[in-house]
Amino acid sequence: MAEPIPPKERYRREPREMKEQDPKERIHNFNEVPLGFSTEDAIYEAQRCLECKTAPCVKGCPAEVKIPEFIDLIVKEDFAGAYQKILETNSLPAVCGRVCPQETQCQGNCVFNRTGKPINIGKLERFVADYARNNDIRPQAIVAPKKNKKIAIVGSGPAGLTCASDLVKAGYDVTIFEALHRAGGVLVYGIPEFRLPKNIIDHEIEGIKAMGVNIVTDFVVGETKSLDEIADEFDGVFVANGAGSPKFMGIPGENLNDVYSANEFLTRSNLMKAYLFPEYDTPIKIGKKVAVIGGGNVTMDSARTALRLGAEEVHVVYRRTKAESPARVEEVEHAEEEGVIFDWLTLPVRVLGDEKGNVTGMECIRMELGEPDASGRRRPVPIEGSNFVMECDQVIDAIGTQANPLVKADGMEKNERGYILVDEVSKATTRKGIFAGGDIARGSATVILAIGDAKKAAQAISATI
Amino acid sequence: MYKIESKIKYAEGLYGIWVDAQYVAEKVEPGQFVMVMTHEKGERIPLTIADYDRSGKKIFLVFLVAGKSTAQLADMNEGDELFSLVGPLGKQSEIENYGRVVCVGGGTGIAAIHPIARSLKEAGNEVISIIGAKNKGLIFMEEDIRKVSDKVIVTTDDGSYGRKGFVTDALKDLLDNDEEEDIARVWAVGPAIMMKNVALLTRGYNVKTIVSLNAIMVDATGMCGTCRVTVGEETKLTCVDGPEFDGHLVDWSEFMNRLMRYKPQEKIAMDLYMKRRQ
Ligand SMILES: Cc1cc2nc3c(=O)[nH]c(=O)nc-3n(C[C@H](O)[C@H](O)[C@H](O)COP(=O)(O)OP(=O)(O)OC[C@H]3O[C@@H](n4cnc5c(N)ncnc54)[C@H](O)[C@@H]3O)c2cc1C
Ligand SMILES: Cc1cc2nc3c(=O)[nH]c(=O)nc-3n(C[C@H](O)[C@H](O)[C@H](O)COP(=O)(O)OP(=O)(O)OC[C@H]3O[C@@H](n4cnc5c(N)ncnc54)[C@H](O)[C@@H]3O)c2cc1C
Ligand code: SF4
Ligand code: SF4
Ligand code: FES
Repeated sequence: MAEPIPPKERYRREPREMKEQDPKERIHNFNEVPLGFSTEDAIYEAQRCLECKTAPCVKGCPAEVKIPEFIDLIVKEDFAGAYQKILETNSLPAVCGRVCPQETQCQGNCVFNRTGKPINIGKLERFVADYARNNDIRPQAIVAPKKNKKIAIVGSGPAGLTCASDLVKAGYDVTIFEALHRAGGVLVYGIPEFRLPKNIIDHEIEGIKAMGVNIVTDFVVGETKSLDEIADEFDGVFVANGAGSPKFMGIPGENLNDVYSANEFLTRSNLMKAYLFPEYDTPIKIGKKVAVIGGGNVTMDSARTALRLGAEEVHVVYRRTKAESPARVEEVEHAEEEGVIFDWLTLPVRVLGDEKGNVTGMECIRMELGEPDASGRRRPVPIEGSNFVMECDQVIDAIGTQANPLVKADGMEKNERGYILVDEVSKATTRKGIFAGGDIARGSATVILAIGDAKKAAQAISATI
Repeated sequence: MYKIESKIKYAEGLYGIWVDAQYVAEKVEPGQFVMVMTHEKGERIPLTIADYDRSGKKIFLVFLVAGKSTAQLADMNEGDELFSLVGPLGKQSEIENYGRVVCVGGGTGIAAIHPIARSLKEAGNEVISIIGAKNKGLIFMEEDIRKVSDKVIVTTDDGSYGRKGFVTDALKDLLDNDEEEDIARVWAVGPAIMMKNVALLTRGYNVKTIVSLNAIMVDATGMCGTCRVTVGEETKLTCVDGPEFDGHLVDWSEFMNRLMRYKPQEKIAMDLYMKRRQ
């Protein structure tokens, strides 16, 4: 067992960084970029934690992971115990440890921010989950007595999976309905293999199934059965179908052959494994010079996927600057290291093509930053006469997604943008017995916020149904 | 799960299969389709539901071998199970009593037009069906179509059966002889070029024409946008806003360009499959 170290030493010790695949190598493969902590790394990092009584870090985690407790168990080298401790509140630790924006969540609240050296909570969480998976440690779910109540869940993304596992532990019969042939939501169709290997999600889903959750794939709510029908058949429903409808710029030329939505590009590559074509049957276009429009995480994922598929040159075209980009800093840095070229302050106005529909270029206009807008960010304004043509043979629209209108029910109200209206605390919709959370209730957000919503909904369902 | 109950071979490369699909059979209406994956590494491909047996919980699909995925489907037999099948997807056909209607089916479109013609007939329409294919061997489901139509015209490109020529030739004659101008609507399902030509023809006679677009799809739930098509001035998603649209408003050249997007890869996949199969 490792020894705790004196408090002074905890302040002095430098955080342990995680090793990463060399950028020159990794652009030729889809293997994970950060390589994980060794046991020694994890203990070294864990020893820095002050085990704060007030645990400000936990307040930054929507899943309320018992951070000081699990880190303490790492120091004690009880990794299986640390795993069970995390699972008490979070069913997807291997996922969260990798994709949570920790800098604004748990780590953003760590007392060590004063010294600029917050504990690498996410990386420790990832270490514990990976340890459990590699050593075949299964969740010890404490399942309450059966309630003989049936709950339906629409969608198997992080929100649906979390609500399902919380409810099954509380004694409900839970069925998830998933439109695609595979469960996981954005985790399997959107986020690429090199950030989140798919076998990890499968493992976490297997754990959730082992607790008794029934997952019905190939079932589109709104088509296979309506939400009204499902609400009639079940005692309660949690709607978590995400916000997976693609948005396009609305500029001329966008329906040319080689213009993709990020959703199409990433779904072909991730869910359908087009990156392994022709071993897998689904094809994907591999451009020579690819322009990806947008500035968020989805943009970085698309650009980095295009590189790995074999594009010679990949540009990210964003109308604001790096400072306003909504992507995680780490993601932009990774993309830069890999050679993605950033065209900040650039707005596409038209995609150009030939008569067969092939993309030949994209007309853009340069921007400058003007007055701050409603979001507080300085508004980009076009510089007149600065139009130019960027040569490219593939364009990927990665400017965001919106609500998909397929899932509707009598009396369940939505806002003007199609998102479901819910009570802040209980996640109840305006229709009795139907709850909603994740992206479909808050607009495109994050995995951990979706998980937080799902936990609140599960609590409210347990209290009322 | 989705077991192939029975398989019919109509001609080389043209098959019909009855598949166990409880949810789909319970709900399907004319005009709708399913997404099918033959195996775990396969593509998701759309196929129209040609017929269904609600109590038997089965649906009927007809397909033409066009590339690797359909070739793999053709290699499956009675008792085999499809890896994935989901539906019914897409909007159902707008069935009303219009009076006199013409249903045009070309190639595998003959299968797709069948449930539409049947419902139009049940709704009280006088249904004239025109079915066509390259040659006699590729005409199928003729009896089923006759059962639900007041009149059936069969055409083959080579004249080996029925009238020689294209379905559009037969349709043109009908429209020219339609002195009362009481053909209220035309439905056309088949290869893109056929639907385009039907739409071009009927526009001249000002007869509203519904086509069922066979756009390339991935998820078919409105998530990816690959199936987008310009109809009128608007971009629509074929999987959720269609697959049926007003043929006079479809931007055919854009649509047909988009069908060609993966030609090189489709060839690679098919060649490799054929080599392995030998
Ligand atoms: C490319 C990409 C990268 C991202 N990167 C990050 C990141 O690094 N960190 C982070 O925190 N967040 C990231 N996000 C955002 C995050 O993935 C989402 O906020 C989160 O997945 C939302 O979870 P959810 O459960 O609400 O919905 P989703 O994950 O969208 O899951 C919804 C599920 O419902 C299914 N569904 C939809 N309609 C129906 C229907 N009618 N019937 C049945 N099922 C249906 C869908 O198929 C899907 O499986 C990223 C998003 C994308 C697209
Ligand atoms: C709503 C709808 C209903 C359809 N109904 C039928 C039917 O009842 N019977 C039938 O034989 N065919 C039908 N099709 C067409 C059928 O889906 C394609 O023939 C099939 O996908 C070809 O796949 P492949 O791998 O065998 O051929 P490939 O070699 O991949 O492609 C051959 C051609 O098929 C089209 N195609 C390829 N991939 C897809 C895809 N994922 N989705 C759609 N089209 C694709 C392309 O135009 C391509 O050039 C329908 C298509 C749509 C959109
Ligand atoms: S705030 Fe930081 S130091 Fe304190 S318990 Fe949480 S992780 Fe440890
Ligand atoms: S779940 Fe996310 S926010 Fe919570 S502790 Fe883990 S990494 Fe931090
Ligand atoms: S097939 Fe993906 S949106 Fe229609």
